[in-house]
Amino acid sequence: MIFLATTRSLTLALLAFAVICAGPAVAQQIKAGDLVLDHAWARATPGGAKVGGAYLTIKNNGTAADKLLGGSSPVAAEVQVHEMAMNNGVMTMRPVEGGLSIPAGQSVTLAPGGYHIMLMQLKAALKQGDKLPVTLQFEKAGKVDVTFDIEGVGASAPPPGQMDQGMPGMKEPMQMKPGQKM
Amino acid sequence: MLKSRGLLAAVLAALFLFVAVKTFLNHSTNVENARSSTTIGGAFELTDQDGQQVTEKDLLGQPSVMFFGYMYCPDICPTTLLELTNWLKALGADADKLNTIFVSVDSSRDTPKQMKLYLSSFDPHIRGFTGRVTQIRKVTSEYHVYYKRVQLDGGDYVYDHSALIYLMDQNGRYVGIITPNEHETTAIGKLRGLIK
Repeated sequence: MIFLATTRSLTLALLAFAVICAGPAVAQQIKAGDLVLDHAWARATPGGAKVGGAYLTIKNNGTAADKLLGGSSPVAAEVQVHEMAMNNGVMTMRPVEGGLSIPAGQSVTLAPGGYHIMLMQLKAALKQGDKLPVTLQFEKAGKVDVTFDIEGVGASAPPPGQMDQGMPGMKEPMQMKPGQKM
Repeated sequence: MLKSRGLLAAVLAALFLFVAVKTFLNHSTNVENARSSTTIGGAFELTDQDGQQVTEKDLLGQPSVMFFGYMYCPDICPTTLLELTNWLKALGADADKLNTIFVSVDSSRDTPKQMKLYLSSFDPHIRGFTGRVTQIRKVTSEYHVYYKRVQLDGGDYVYDHSALIYLMDQNGRYVGIITPNEHETTAIGKLRGLIK
């Protein structure tokens, strides 16, 4: 009887530990066929904004390339894959024609300044701390439900070369204190 | 033999000198042309986020920081506005000494009311200017800002646009730019330099 009670409390303790580990700070990893989706996050939208950007890392463990074609979400009329690029100081943004290729054995990261999942005609603002449900559509892996953690407005992944400071989407926007010396 | 070698050296030296001088002169002319044809900044008439009419004259007396974009942009525009927010915080009370302005190139969607709501998510120093198509064409032309409307499938549209931040002095004269990938320390240094 005593043994049983100990086992039960141990189980409860383990369960509690598991819940802590699976807390909101750890982005959920999703497996869909050969794909592993990780670090799914979105930017909170400024007041009245009708568009939003969502980001994640997609790893293809398979032997054939897959393609991210787009998706759907209950909070947006349209979900597309876009690429942002800078040329001579001019910003361009376009839907990725034919879908974003995820080559076999490789990992593709969607991050500010590059690829993003473009949520158009938002029905509600994306608020920091909330979750954003999106069903992504892949050519081979099919439909995959992903929950994106909503970070701050204009939150940013670290620029290339600073990747060791954290994973994309895990970095808080840099906040400066008034009068702080540089 | 020795004589001809000396002559060859002299000819080569003369040729080198000629090319060097010509290159220098060409370069100077180009710089001069560039200066005279790229005066950034000038007269404009727009509407601010409170519905008030504004012109370039309203900005005189203190330096200005201007960024052109649109609110249907999920990437560079909120990124830049957040950066400006952080930089203005770093400046502390000195942020009051700057006009910090987000100019919309999206005349039909970015109304003053929408801009006010949008900018409420960023530093309160940042003002939003918008206007009619002709007014936006005028201000972007004065500031040499490139922008182009691009139609997407499904009826939506996006803009290609210059993503540089323009720094103007208190007399409305162009001082320099902050580029999108500029380091935060450099950017804040440029803003401090502008206030001095």
